[in-house]
Amino acid sequence: MSTLREDAAPVEVIKPPGVWTRTRRGRTAILYLLPSIILFGVFVFYPMFRTIYLSFFLTDQRGEAAVFVGLDNYRYLLESAAFLNSAKATILFVLYTVPAGVILALFLALIANEKLKGIGFFRTIYSSTMGVSVAAASVVWLFMFHPSIGMFNRFLALFDIGQIQWLLDPDWALFSVAISTIWMNTGFSFLILLGGLQNINEHLYESAKIDGAGYFYQLRRITLPMLSPTLFFIITISLINAFQSFGQIDILTKGGPAQSTNLIVYSIYREAFVNYQFGTASAQAVFLFLCILVVTILQFRFGERKVHYQ
Amino acid sequence: MTMSLPKKMIFYTLLTISAVVLFFPIAYAFLISFMTGPELMQGRFLPESFHLDNYIKVFDRLPLLNYLLNSFIVSAGVMLGQLAVCSLAAYAFVFIPFKGRDFVFFLFISTMMIPWEATMIPNFFIIQNLNWLNTYQGLTLPFFALAFGTFLLRQHFKTIPKELHEAAQVAGLGPFAFFRRVVLPVSKTSLVTLGAYGFLTTWNMYLWPLLVTTNDSVRTVQIGLKQLQSQEVATDWGVVMAGVIVVIIPTLLLLFLGQKQLQKGLTQGALK
Repeated sequence: MSTLREDAAPVEVIKPPGVWTRTRRGRTAILYLLPSIILFGVFVFYPMFRTIYLSFFLTDQRGEAAVFVGLDNYRYLLESAAFLNSAKATILFVLYTVPAGVILALFLALIANEKLKGIGFFRTIYSSTMGVSVAAASVVWLFMFHPSIGMFNRFLALFDIGQIQWLLDPDWALFSVAISTIWMNTGFSFLILLGGLQNINEHLYESAKIDGAGYFYQLRRITLPMLSPTLFFIITISLINAFQSFGQIDILTKGGPAQSTNLIVYSIYREAFVNYQFGTASAQAVFLFLCILVVTILQFRFGERKVHYQ
Repeated sequence: MTMSLPKKMIFYTLLTISAVVLFFPIAYAFLISFMTGPELMQGRFLPESFHLDNYIKVFDRLPLLNYLLNSFIVSAGVMLGQLAVCSLAAYAFVFIPFKGRDFVFFLFISTMMIPWEATMIPNFFIIQNLNWLNTYQGLTLPFFALAFGTFLLRQHFKTIPKELHEAAQVAGLGPFAFFRRVVLPVSKTSLVTLGAYGFLTTWNMYLWPLLVTTNDSVRTVQIGLKQLQSQEVATDWGVVMAGVIVVIIPTLLLLFLGQKQLQKGLTQGALK
């Protein structure tokens, strides 16, 4: 671009271009980036720093910092049985939902990746749960878990097995919520994994077939290694999703029974908007932030090296 | 591709069983939406008749039409906002080399590490202090900027040949004219993918509308479902399920129509 101007006014070549000219591209770029930067600043970065700041204070009802207490909020949380319980429930919930959810989605993606007649219909069905909101899905599952008229207990009754209090028994509630969550997330995971499978080069399979390799050999030696970036991505997303679960808790159990499903985001929500303890709620939010941070850093660091890229 | 008959049978069996299991909750909700209370108590699986009583009742008991309209406005608003903000940012990343680009890029990536739920308390107070509770801008504006969307579009913009850019400059097309007249039209598919994704996720949003709507004026359908469920739970599941079906139909349709597109686009944005 600058050559045009130099041609037109050769005298000016001697003078180095001024700061204004040199930064012209930077200024244009900023113009295009400004909307994003302002919005991120106002709704992501500022609130994040504000959350960290508030976590060192006791707050008033309007969420203003009132008394500086240093690390007391954190100390209080680490000694509070309720928070430790919530942390435990969250970790259990992650363990229940992530491996099972990814394996289920992988299985569906594998069988839906075959070139068969009518496969498009099955793909649509498998991705359908992505179109069902958390609220709608939770309401449907709430009914299926219903003690007397829900379909799970009706089904058990066929075999003369007694009722299970899916959502009312502290031993079952977290498991039940996890099952419904796996179902809700299947559509999205399936869609991403199917996309990953379809990106694998066909030729790899053709040569394997000539060598007479069987289905499971191909799966182990070609499909899974080539799919590993996608798999790693979907594991990360599932982990983050599990940490962020809220809607299903709010509708299915409200954190109960006996706090057994009081997952971290629900706990933050209650602490802040029901109990108005914005300081300790912020400290919990910082914990959540750290968990997600660790997961994403692992994804960036570990994921890039360990997985096979095409 | 040829597949032996027994192998085909195995795959079709697996496909069918999985489809039945996975689709069961949706089909079940659909069937129940036609049932009356007594029918439900009997534990029937199929309704006696496909009458629309429950659907009429649900629109009667809840300002559902109003909620649907709100959800539509909010989802379309976020969709358009995201498309505008993300495509501008992606354009700068691809076509304008400038000092500090790596730093800005890092800023964008770092937003992906901050879970939205961890910042919801200050965000709530920002909206409250702006007097934006119960407004459309309070529901939409915080979601306009999206790192994932920017990266998805950036991926596509990068495939536009550099020669095209040079030719445009020679022809005297300014950066914005090039952006509007060349870049956007050739990236239609990515824009559609991001648009569908934005619409879908916003339609299904739950926690934020719960926080920033305190009355019916801009309340979305998802919160309507929560209301419906807590009002009706003991009495009339048929009506509740009718509400569920009404709420999921728009997104299911969107998904069925755009499934292929969405899958392609999301995989690209996610992985490269």
